[in-house]
Amino acid sequence: MSHHTPSPILRYVARPTVPFIQLYALYVLGHGEDGPGGGFQGGVIFAASIVLLALTEGWPYGRGQLKRGFTDALMPFGCLVYSGVGALCLLGGGAFLGYEALTTSLDPHVRNHMHHYGLMAIEAGVMITVTSSMLTLFFEMSRPEPGDPWELDEEDEAGGQHG
Amino acid sequence: MEDLILAILVGLALAAVRLKDLLAATAVLGAYSLMMAVLWAWMNALDVSFTEAAVGAGISTVLMLAAIVRVGRRESSRDRAPLFRTSLGTFRSRIKDEGGRAAHARGARFSAFAACALVAVGLLYGIPDMPPVGSHDAPALVHPDVAQRYLHKSPNREDGTLGEVGPANIITSVLGDYRGYDTMGETVVIFTAALCVVLLLRPAPRRRSKDGEGA
Repeated sequence: MSHHTPSPILRYVARPTVPFIQLYALYVLGHGEDGPGGGFQGGVIFAASIVLLALTEGWPYGRGQLKRGFTDALMPFGCLVYSGVGALCLLGGGAFLGYEALTTSLDPHVRNHMHHYGLMAIEAGVMITVTSSMLTLFFEMSRPEPGDPWELDEEDEAGGQHG
Repeated sequence: MEDLILAILVGLALAAVRLKDLLAATAVLGAYSLMMAVLWAWMNALDVSFTEAAVGAGISTVLMLAAIVRVGRRESSRDRAPLFRTSLGTFRSRIKDEGGRAAHARGARFSAFAACALVAVGLLYGIPDMPPVGSHDAPALVHPDVAQRYLHKSPNREDGTLGEVGPANIITSVLGDYRGYDTMGETVVIFTAALCVVLLLRPAPRRRSKDGEGA
């Protein structure tokens, strides 16, 4: 992105919308079973809120919201959540991603309800991977070059822990 | 209505190809994605429409902007030799000075055109075999183990009858349950894409040399 100082108008309009975008992303994730949406869309919308911050407040500010080490860890973690649910179903004696096997109960209502929990878990895994991957794509591709106004301190960027 | 949307889409696509200013072309592609989202919504494919609006018009536009910052805003005009240029004057000038490069670019463009034409002919040949949009006897719709099963057996009914999966949104049932493997693969694809970008673009961490001087 071009790295000049962002206009105060953009900043003051964009900033207050961020928590609402993030809340909406979680709504899209949770509401995916009853309406359009799900982990993928929710993940993209959540990532968009951080991208909006990076565009209006500058690359380092946006990167500071979810630091590099944190998103790096989240990318495979989401895949692990997804396949982990599948593995749990295997341990329960069912098929891979056969969610009825998440319970030992034989009550058909309980077994049916396990589909709900299983779907929520894998959607959450999808959202974790999509959010962190989209943010990684954006921040790696738009990284400021030497000579841009926002010089980066490497220690500051790598972070390790989320802030 | 569909005809209007499709006409706008064709216009936007042509504009995106013709524009030399990549920033403008990216904006046009964002508009293209938004129109696609409208088209999907018009066809009642709300999940696809949602994804197209969020990913196509949103994130990919931003990613293309980020790429433009790196590669520059103007397309190189050198590689834009027109496809067919038959007048004698340009032919002469081609022999005289530009020679190899222009001929090469033209050859590459001709093979690209030939490949596109071949695919287009194949698609046009196949279209008449497809059922009309919304047809009631489309093969995927009448097959007992595809749409019929998803539509009638997957959701829980309001009278308390349990379905195979449960959610009212059948798309979620298909993506997460009937086709759970595919969605897992897609998630891994997203992860792999981000991993490749990290490997290609992230600068290597600075190593500290042993005698204490920064490398």
